[in-house]
Amino acid sequence: MNSKFDVITIGGSAGSLLVLTELLDALPAGLTVPVIIVLHRLRNVQSEMGRLLSTNRRIVEPEDKEPVREHGVYLAPQNYHLMVEADRTFMLDYSELVNYSRPSIDMTFSSVAEVYGARTLGILLSGANKDGAAGLCQIINAGGRGVVQDPQTAAFEAMPQSAIEMCGGVEVLSIDNIKKIIIGET
Amino acid sequence: MNEVISNADFLDIINIIKLQYGYDFTGYAQASIKRRLLRFMGHMQLNSAFELKYRLVNDQDLFSRLIQYVTVNVTEMFRDPGFYKSLREQVLPKLAAYPNIKIWHAGCSTGEEVFSMAILLQEAGLLSRTKIYATDLNPANLERASAGILPLDNMKDFTQNYIQSGGLTDFSNYYTARYDNVLIKKELRQHIAFFQHNLVTDKVFNEFQLICCRNVFIYFNRELQNSVLQLFFDSLSSRGYLAMGIKETMRFADLQGKFEVVHAHNKIYRRKE
Repeated sequence: MNSKFDVITIGGSAGSLLVLTELLDALPAGLTVPVIIVLHRLRNVQSEMGRLLSTNRRIVEPEDKEPVREHGVYLAPQNYHLMVEADRTFMLDYSELVNYSRPSIDMTFSSVAEVYGARTLGILLSGANKDGAAGLCQIINAGGRGVVQDPQTAAFEAMPQSAIEMCGGVEVLSIDNIKKIIIGET
Repeated sequence: MNEVISNADFLDIINIIKLQYGYDFTGYAQASIKRRLLRFMGHMQLNSAFELKYRLVNDQDLFSRLIQYVTVNVTEMFRDPGFYKSLREQVLPKLAAYPNIKIWHAGCSTGEEVFSMAILLQEAGLLSRTKIYATDLNPANLERASAGILPLDNMKDFTQNYIQSGGLTDFSNYYTARYDNVLIKKELRQHIAFFQHNLVTDKVFNEFQLICCRNVFIYFNRELQNSVLQLFFDSLSSRGYLAMGIKETMRFADLQGKFEVVHAHNKIYRRKE
């Protein structure tokens, strides 16, 4: 199944878990485009997040230098920032917190924007801080498509709202309409 | 942070640093180092790559500050408690067979993981016959590490990590708190030598039964990873151990066949004969 995008990247924080599960469940089995997810999570406790989210697709926490593969659904590991290099391999980074977060959504979005440019779909979901807003704007500036969950339907509106206020071109959509973009209907 | 550094400018900057100051960042993973250079430019209010190049050529102090910014100096005591548990259970009992134990912490930053290792060795009754060589390329890190002083704020998290790693005693036995800092006990520190070593340009300096190099490889490209792995192979005694960060892997390395896996998740490897 072809897509208008070479990558889909999704960021979320407080209140995003259920909507994210819903989006992942909606991914068609034949969708080849890789999906890179960044969720704010606790840093030093064992986490079952991959399994918690996982649906019909296996969710992988990538290791350093792993290539971004078609059909892959990737989740940023705890306590690392996740970036993509120009050769489309993952790079992990254990540097300072960004927006009080590691992984930071901005870090991932920004590196994805640089590598995939106009072939990027960025999606920002519910959250209680502004991480991800600047990154989503970078995706849009690079010619990609930047979408936020309608703040009115989000459990925490700060994250999508910050993106809307930060730059023009952010599309504000219901979860159902975000699904339609993912499956290529709109 | 919205700007980017062009590839040509990036190569120029790396070259100036290499020729003028002897630090070679050619083999560093670009996504991260470019971002850190931009961050440094923002901090120093340098408005263009040209300005950064000009100042680098003419201003030694600027370079000292750049090194502080470009190298990652984030670390924790007992980071990834499960890793330290594996060390306790699977590696230290094997090291106990050696009359004198030599350990190398490569890329030790400000020393937190080195102090953690000293605590493990102490609890295993091995510290008195161990020498830990702890190296970093950043002199400011080494100065801080040698002082053995850490901010008190972090100790709560570190105590949690220590307990999860299977710690045997009250964590506060290992430091003295005063005002906003703690001082790591001298009996732990006296077995550690901190000194400068650059994994890119410096060579083998001793032979070790265990090398710890965690969350350093992630900043290197594959080529550089391969050459540093060769350096580690050459620095390990036969059947010596190598510990990497839990998201670092030997899967993509040329030398993977020369190591066996001791713990797949915690990334502990062992040199074959």
